[in-house]
Formats: sequence, structure tokens, C-alpha cells
Amino acid sequence: MKKKVTNIMIVGVGGQGSLLASKLLGRLLVDEGYDVKVSEVHGMSQRGGSVVTYVRFGEKVTSPIIDLGEADFIVSFEKLEGARYAPWLAREGRVIVNTQEIDPMPVITGAASYPSDILEKLAAKGASIDAFDALALAEEAGSSKAVNIALLGRLARYLDIPYEKWTEAIAKTVAEKFVSINEKAFSLGYQSE
Amino acid sequence: MKKLMIGNEAVARGLFEGGCRFVSSYPGTPSTEITEFAAKNDAMTCEWAPNEKVACEAAFGASLAGVRSACAMKHVGLNVAADPLFTLSYTGVNAGMVICVADDPAMHSSQNEQDSRHYAIAAKVPMLEPADSAEALDFARRAYALSEEFDTVVLLRMCTRIAHSQSIVEPGEPLPLFDKPYIKNPEKYIMMPAFAKKRHPIVEERTERLTAFAETCDFNREELVAGAKIGVIASGTAYQYVKEAVGERVSILKLGLVNPLPVERIRRFAASVERLVVCEELDPVLETHCRALGLSVEGKSLFSLIGEFSQSVVAKALGGEVHEGYSLDEAVPVRPPVRCAGCPRRGLYCSLAKNKVTVIGDIGCYTLGAQAPLFAVDTTLCMGASVSGLHGFNKAVENRDAGKTAAVIGDSTFMHSGITGLVNISYNASNSTVIILDNSITGMTGHQQNPTTGYNIKGDPAAKVDLETLCRAVGIERVRVVDPYDLEACDRVLKEELAYPGPSVIISRRPCVLLKYVKTAPPLTVDPDRCRTCKACMKLGCPALSIRDGKAKIDATLCVGCGVCEQLCRFDAIQNRSADKKEAL
Repeated sequence: MKKKVTNIMIVGVGGQGSLLASKLLGRLLVDEGYDVKVSEVHGMSQRGGSVVTYVRFGEKVTSPIIDLGEADFIVSFEKLEGARYAPWLAREGRVIVNTQEIDPMPVITGAASYPSDILEKLAAKGASIDAFDALALAEEAGSSKAVNIALLGRLARYLDIPYEKWTEAIAKTVAEKFVSINEKAFSLGYQSE
Repeated sequence: MKKLMIGNEAVARGLFEGGCRFVSSYPGTPSTEITEFAAKNDAMTCEWAPNEKVACEAAFGASLAGVRSACAMKHVGLNVAADPLFTLSYTGVNAGMVICVADDPAMHSSQNEQDSRHYAIAAKVPMLEPADSAEALDFARRAYALSEEFDTVVLLRMCTRIAHSQSIVEPGEPLPLFDKPYIKNPEKYIMMPAFAKKRHPIVEERTERLTAFAETCDFNREELVAGAKIGVIASGTAYQYVKEAVGERVSILKLGLVNPLPVERIRRFAASVERLVVCEELDPVLETHCRALGLSVEGKSLFSLIGEFSQSVVAKALGGEVHEGYSLDEAVPVRPPVRCAGCPRRGLYCSLAKNKVTVIGDIGCYTLGAQAPLFAVDTTLCMGASVSGLHGFNKAVENRDAGKTAAVIGDSTFMHSGITGLVNISYNASNSTVIILDNSITGMTGHQQNPTTGYNIKGDPAAKVDLETLCRAVGIERVRVVDPYDLEACDRVLKEELAYPGPSVIISRRPCVLLKYVKTAPPLTVDPDRCRTCKACMKLGCPALSIRDGKAKIDATLCVGCGVCEQLCRFDAIQNRSADKKEAL
């Protein structure tokens, strides 16, 4: 029997801070004794484009990427991006999505409009979706930059890793003066409705 | 201690552990971080060279002097360094030398999808290909022993998914250093015909010895599954996909040394299975080798020549599990990369578009100016091609289109290979206008220093190429400098230089807005009462601008107050609040 590998996609808009989220997650999973692969594409896509990071962990991970229908979790920093990667979501998978909207260029130029009810449509097809205003939680915690940690807080509810291990990883990953803000953002994300 | 590292960091660590003490490279995605991580280690002398040919030759010089060396480049960079590579094969090395070359299947950030393995075959040098970060470290470390034992430069082939994927590595202790002084040896190191003729047989004999090495070395390994009917030959990232999709029921010959390829080992592997399959991204290099051995093999009949593979691609071809996700009934608007708000290229591109100039483009962030809504670039070929291409364009039609054409090239790309094109414009006298988009950094690859910035790879002050003086020195008499945030100046200078009957250079100078030292202005705002929705500002393609509720709107979190849109607005609807405040005071 094949050993189960857990697949997490972290998606968003270039510049939103997904790098720190994948760094924290990767470090935590290594410390927990898992085999881990974290994969992302650098370069052109950084500049305001759609960005994806694949995080895979388990007893043994081979492929560095997550294929269609394989993501157990899609953690999205932006609403539209949460929907964009629906084809990658496993049938039993879950989308954890910040409801913030950032217009892509076709919307800015007027060639397309921002599809406002896209998450509802995805949910209507049977997908599990945790949509919440992570930006508001981050601001409540003290910094809009803590969106990534608020999202990880929500993710943490579904992973078999003790709460204190997450807070330890936060302390190890973020700069000292931001630890308390990020711990609060994590807690708010963890408890969010 | 176990650590997550991207493949490129692991290569840098492996080079260091293997005794590398000199690295010279030119940045290029997905290879850049090899040299950036190496530069963090003070034990190694690391440099950004003006281009890959210079980097490769500098690394050869270090090897000759007795210091283990390396250079790193992207796949197309090896085209630039191909000249030294082919003759390096003849001279061999003194201390070991490694050329890291990173391919980009699926072209995440490249202009073509070439397969670097052809270079290893053509230049007759060994090539290693790791399949994860642990192997990247191990292969880079062991490449030096291979280089010295066989007296050859070694190519280390990366690809995007290995270079930029983090996996677990355990860094080791560096190998002991040794002294290998340079000893004069004209017959080995001077490649003129009489000596090169003596070296060529040595190269062929070396390939025979390397092939024998490939038969037994542990860079290659068999992963046999009892009773498996299918045998797959794979390397690098393709190996990982095979392992994931069908690894439990196929035997695998995993190749780490991808040139030269073993013969008997492949024959034995083929004989152990009913069906021989090669799974390789890009070109059928392994497959062609198998066919040359007379083996019955499937490869490109199952797998594409184009793009990246994945576990599903392999599963579909070889009967593994394929998953299906959710599909939406409506199209999700695309989100392509955009030029940043406040990008100093935008103002000048606006002038080029307005004047309907045919623009011969180059490689860098400014290639993005080809996209909607400016569509300001007509062609992009390779590094430096804008300047030389413009010359040919203008000369071939006897300057018929002169006055309507220009080249655009960044500061780093101009140093890389634009200057030779400018020498050609001057020497062969074409009526050409070259625009150097000087943003004081190498932008696209993520802010590397270059010879025009005044800083070296460590951020320490360095000699600074003076672009104006350089252009004048090659014979260009008209060299103008403009601030691309000043639309009126851009337009005026562009018109004047296009009209001038002779070669000229316009330097559009303003640092990249993402540089930490760049101070930005407060965001601009739109007065909705004044906005007539003429959408003149929307022609810029600035991500901070959008139309909301029928009026232009500026996203204050993105706007850096560059003021270019303000200059385009005929109704004074775009305002600089801080300026108003100043006036009020």
C-alpha cells in the first residue's frame, strides 16, 4: 500500500507573501520528521502574476509538483486565485481562501469583469470551502502583512500537528519584533468562523 | 543536520564542499540562485560576469591556475558560452571545473525550450543530472573528482523543477583543499592546429573511458521491481514523476550521468524487461541512444517533445492513477505577470507607442512592454539582439524605415552583448536609434548587480561603467539622457533622435522602483468630478489604475506616485495630494 502524501497548494498574487508561508510550513514539517518537498517557480511570474507553491509531505515524497485533482488543501491569498486552481483540488480536498479581491490585468483594462460569486459556484459543485477575511484578521492582529499566518492558522485546524509546534515555528521564522503579531494572527485564523 | 534547500542552494553547497573556490556567472532564471548562495559563503570568490562567455572563460582561468572553479547559467546562456566550452573539451582542466546549466522546460521564464544535453554530446564532455536537492549537492561535490580524473570540464544539468524545488539535504564537511599549481604545458593549453590535432584523439579516448565509467558508476542506478514487465529509463525530474506514478510496478534505470551513456548497462536493463520505455522531457536524447544500440524502445511515441511532464502525464502513458479535480463552468480571468506600478520603462514605452515606432526589443522585464495595452515591442530574440537587429533592419532597407525604428535594451543586457552591436552600428554607419533602459540593476532575474551599477555581487562598491562615455568611445556622437517619468522630455528627445540622420543613443535613466534605496512619492488620487472616463491613463497598463463605477481609480497600496498617468490626464483629474498640501502651506 502506497504511503499517503499530503498535498498543499499555496496560491496568490506575486508579492503577497506566500514565500514566508511556505518557508514556515516547510520548516515545521521537516522538524516533525516528514519527508518534504516545496516547489515554486521564480522569475517572470513574480511580477503581479498568479503564483503557486506546492508543498508535499509524508513518509516519502517523490514528485515535486501537485497534479490535477491531487491537492488536499488549496490555501489561497486571494479569492479569484482560490477558484483558478479548482482543477487541482482533490474531490475530498478543501479550499482555504482569503476573500480579498485583487483585480487581474484583464479586469483592470475592462476586457473582463471580476467574477464575484465564483466561490459559491465552486461550493455548489461540492467543493469544501473555508472562505474568510484573513486580511481583516491580520489587521486585527496588528499588521496586514500577517495574512499568510492567519491563513496558516486556519490550515492548522486540519493538520495533525500540535498547536504549540506551529507557534514554535512562527517564532523561528519571523523576525522577533513581529512574533506576537503573527501568533495572534495565527490564533485568529485558527479560531475563525 | 537536515535542511530544506532549493536545488540551486544545494548545488552551491556541493560546489563548496567539493573544493570550489572561484565562481563566475551571469544571472538567468532558473540558475541565478546557485551563484547568489555561493556568494554568501566567504570561502569562495564569487562574481557576476558581464556575460556567460566571460564567466566560463574566467572559471577556466581559475582552473588553469589550480583552483577548482564553477560557472552557472541558464540554458540559453550556454549558447553564449558555447565557444569556450567546445575547446575546453580539448584543453581539459588543471583543477576541476564545473559548468552548471539550468534548462527551463515549459518556459516558465525563457524564450525557448532547448535541451542542454545536446551540448554535452556535441562538446564531448560528461554531464551529470540530479533529481532532487540531495543529489544536486552530492553531484556538484563529486563533479570535481570526475573533472580531474578524466581531465575535463563537467556539465551539471539542472531544470526548473529541480533548481527551484526544496527538498531535504544533509550538508557534509568540505573536502580537503590541495595545491595544484599551474605548470606551463603548451601542447595541452594552446589550441592551435598543430596542438589541437594531438588533443582531439585524447578527447575521443576520454569518451571511451567515460563510457566504461558509466557502465559501473553509482551516478547511475537500477531500481528493479520483481516481475515488472516494463522498464523505464529516466533521469532528473522525469525520474521523480515515473517513481510517483508507476514506481511500484516498473523497473527503472535511473541515470545521473546523462553523457556519455552506458551501453552494456542499458542492454542488460532492456533484456530484463518485456517493454523498454524512455521517459525524458524535451528531446529524445536517451531514446536515440537506445535506438542506436538496436533496441526496441518507446519514448516520444508516448511522451511529448514539448513542455514539462508530471505524474499524471506518466500515469496516462503507462497506466497509473489519474485524478480529476473540480471544473468551473466559466472562465477565470487570466492573471499574467505585469510591469510594476511606477516601472521607469512605462513612460518611455508610452512615447514609443504614441509615435508608432517599430521597436526591436531585448531580454528583460521590459519585454513585458510587448503586452496589452501598450504593445510597444515588435520582436524579441535573444540577449543583445535588439541593437544588432535594428542595424540590419535599417541597413537592409537602405534606411527607408529609419526614423520609425528603435532598439530598446536594459543596462545589464547592454553590458552582456549590446555593446558589440552598438560598435557595429557605429562602424557600419546605420541610421539607428538605440534606447538604453538604464534602471541601475539586473531586474528580471531579481536584482543582481552589473558593471553599470557601481556595486559587485557582495554589494561592495566597484568600478562603474559610464554608459555615456562608453557610447561616445565607440563613435556615437549623439548620446542623450532622459528621465522616463518626464513624458514631455521622452517624447521630444525621441522625436529629435529619430529625425536625426545618423546613429544615436538615448539613455532612459531611473532606478528600478523595487530597489530598496528608491524613495517613492505618496500615492496619487483621482478626483471623480473631474474624471471624464476618457481612459487615456488606462493606456499605460499600470496595475494601480482601474475603472471603478465608471471612473478611474488609483489603488493607493500599489501607486508609488510616479506621476506618469497625471501627465496623460487632460482634465487634471489625477492629483498629487501632497503637492496640493505644499502649495496650501
